[in-house]
Amino acid sequence: MKVASFGRAAAILSVASLALVACNGDDTENGDDNGTDENDTVDTDNGDDTDAEETDEDNGEASGDMDYSSLSGDLSGSGASSFQLAIQEWALEFPNLTAGVNVDYDAVGSGDGRANFLNGADSFAGSDALMSDEEFAQSQERCGENGAFHLPTAILPIAVGVNLEGVDSLVLDGETIAQIFAGEITSWDDEAIASLNDGVDLPDTAITVVHRQDSSGTTENFTDYLNQATDTWTWEADSEWPGEVSAETGDGSSGVISAAQSVDGAITYVDAQQAEDGGLTLVELEIGGETSAPSAEAAAQAVASSELRGGQAENDMGFELARATDEPGAYPIVQVAYTIWCNEYDSAEEAELAAGFAHYITSAEAQQIAADVAGAAPLNDDLISQAHEAISQISG
Amino acid sequence: MTTDSTDTRAQRRKSPKKPENALVSADRAGAGLDRGFAGLAKAAGIFILIILAFVAIFLSWNSVGALYQEEEGLIIGRFLSYAWPFALGTVVVAILALIMGAPIAIAVALYISHYAPPKASKTIGYIIDLLAAIPSVVYGAWGMFVLAPAMVPLYHWLSQWLYTWPEENLGWGIPFFAGSPGLGQNIFTASVVLAVMILPIISSVCREIFIQTPKLHEEAALALGATRWEMIKMAVFPFARPGIISGVMLGLGRALGETMAVVMVVSGLGFQLSIISPGNSTIPREIALNFGETGHGTERWHQLVALGLVLFVITLAVNMVARWIVSRHKEFSGAN
Repeated sequence: MKVASFGRAAAILSVASLALVACNGDDTENGDDNGTDENDTVDTDNGDDTDAEETDEDNGEASGDMDYSSLSGDLSGSGASSFQLAIQEWALEFPNLTAGVNVDYDAVGSGDGRANFLNGADSFAGSDALMSDEEFAQSQERCGENGAFHLPTAILPIAVGVNLEGVDSLVLDGETIAQIFAGEITSWDDEAIASLNDGVDLPDTAITVVHRQDSSGTTENFTDYLNQATDTWTWEADSEWPGEVSAETGDGSSGVISAAQSVDGAITYVDAQQAEDGGLTLVELEIGGETSAPSAEAAAQAVASSELRGGQAENDMGFELARATDEPGAYPIVQVAYTIWCNEYDSAEEAELAAGFAHYITSAEAQQIAADVAGAAPLNDDLISQAHEAISQISG
Repeated sequence: MTTDSTDTRAQRRKSPKKPENALVSADRAGAGLDRGFAGLAKAAGIFILIILAFVAIFLSWNSVGALYQEEEGLIIGRFLSYAWPFALGTVVVAILALIMGAPIAIAVALYISHYAPPKASKTIGYIIDLLAAIPSVVYGAWGMFVLAPAMVPLYHWLSQWLYTWPEENLGWGIPFFAGSPGLGQNIFTASVVLAVMILPIISSVCREIFIQTPKLHEEAALALGATRWEMIKMAVFPFARPGIISGVMLGLGRALGETMAVVMVVSGLGFQLSIISPGNSTIPREIALNFGETGHGTERWHQLVALGLVLFVITLAVNMVARWIVSRHKEFSGAN
């Protein structure tokens, strides 16, 4: 008798456990909520009470130096983890310039961030990829008929990093990189590599390719480069690595770095600053007889010489990056992390806050902070004034 | 003898009940409380069903986009060809984990209930239960940094003697052991980690049920001249079979749904037959890796949700089969 009842109890338990075990995903770290105490004095609820006097003032002067000192309230965003470092620093600095603004950024991934933004849960999104046309159509429901626009916020060079004992500088060209990542070149002393590296003593270690296993903007930008700039790589640009040429993987940027470091002869692609901090040898890219290392300047140059994609909002600043450049010394393996903003917010206050923070993060000062903490390439003056022009369109 | 004693016990249990029942029905407040508690318990039971129903509805509703797109019509074939490697990977990893974990868990439970001196058995029981409290991310890190490198020599050996050597000498090697093990981060390592993770669940369920084996059965077996092992075979196992199966199914459920440890331990994407080189994936891993970056409402997003539905169905099917086995064996359990 007891057995039957115990069995039944176990049966219920086991069914109940399904619900539990199935949702064991990884938690993303929250952006830190700093300076919450300062805000308590002013009661600003983004939704309802609109003060008529504040409505128009700031939109006019958005392109010049902006005065943030009257801003207060909460601003929330979510999305890509690529500029988490930078945005955390900005969220710490920005409240000091204002009457108490609390910025909250949740690094949930680009796709989730865009979804949170489009359904109105957040005031802005961080994204490594541009909105699709469907998403732009959705944004017209949330943000008025002009929809939402992309703002280039951080330009990050992607490095090809190598862990090879005895080799501390290496030159590769696009075609060779593609052949390595496609598994066609399998040994470090291969003729194709040796011919680019005169005087470097290359060992006959086997090449271990390490790539991202999670879907990521870095993979999308890197495969876009390989696809555009080389003949070997026939797969379309995608945030997921093609399964046919899968090798070793790591989870996230830190994952690929630790995987690459655990085996001699590893090669991977990762955010340049993190690759350098992680102790990988950064590959210099050879184009037209000249080589260039991944650097902020080269990355900014690559973006500046690219065209805007167009086709969405009028003030949209989404770039169509030109990867297949043969300009000597260029470094086209870059990733642009965007923030996405509404052209029209539900309330004047939300608009004012959003415009203020958008303006701040694209200012020369904030870009310098991003360069210091995240190795991002600062936007040049042209891009900054273009961005501030775009931000001035934000209305409430 | 046996029937006698159970009868008297049953009578004893029954006899005080009557006056108690009379007392309760006379006490209005007590009866109200009793009904209230019955209602509460019922509500809790229904609540579970409602949650389960909502999960099922959410998954089914959002899976439609993976099977049907307006411009292309039905695309079930495309979804199936995308989903089957993950479904297969999930089941293979979980079954490997069970094959490795369940016998050890049952042996541990047996040791604690029947072999260990009483003092030691308590301590060991606590330690086993402690294993269940370790978060899966810790198991993942252990699998990735400690277990995987340690397994590499074994993988080289397996690859050499089960694939390369027979391939060269007999013309055919076992494809499950083909390829280079690389960092040792593969689904075989993952199933070893999972085996350790499901060990405490299975062993604590089994331990509880082994302890409940009627002393009379055990003593009867010993009195007939059975050794301790024969006694366990004759008295403990038949009695405990439904409990063992329940425990194993509980472990299987955990193994099927485990995400974090598999994400960390397995390297590589894409399907292949080899279980000792990087590649292959499970459903929870595929969802966890791609959900955050995928735009909501796209076909890819629907595919990932539909994968979740596939896992849901697999787990449900596994549990129903287990229930069926338990019910079939009930009459032979020796408890009646």
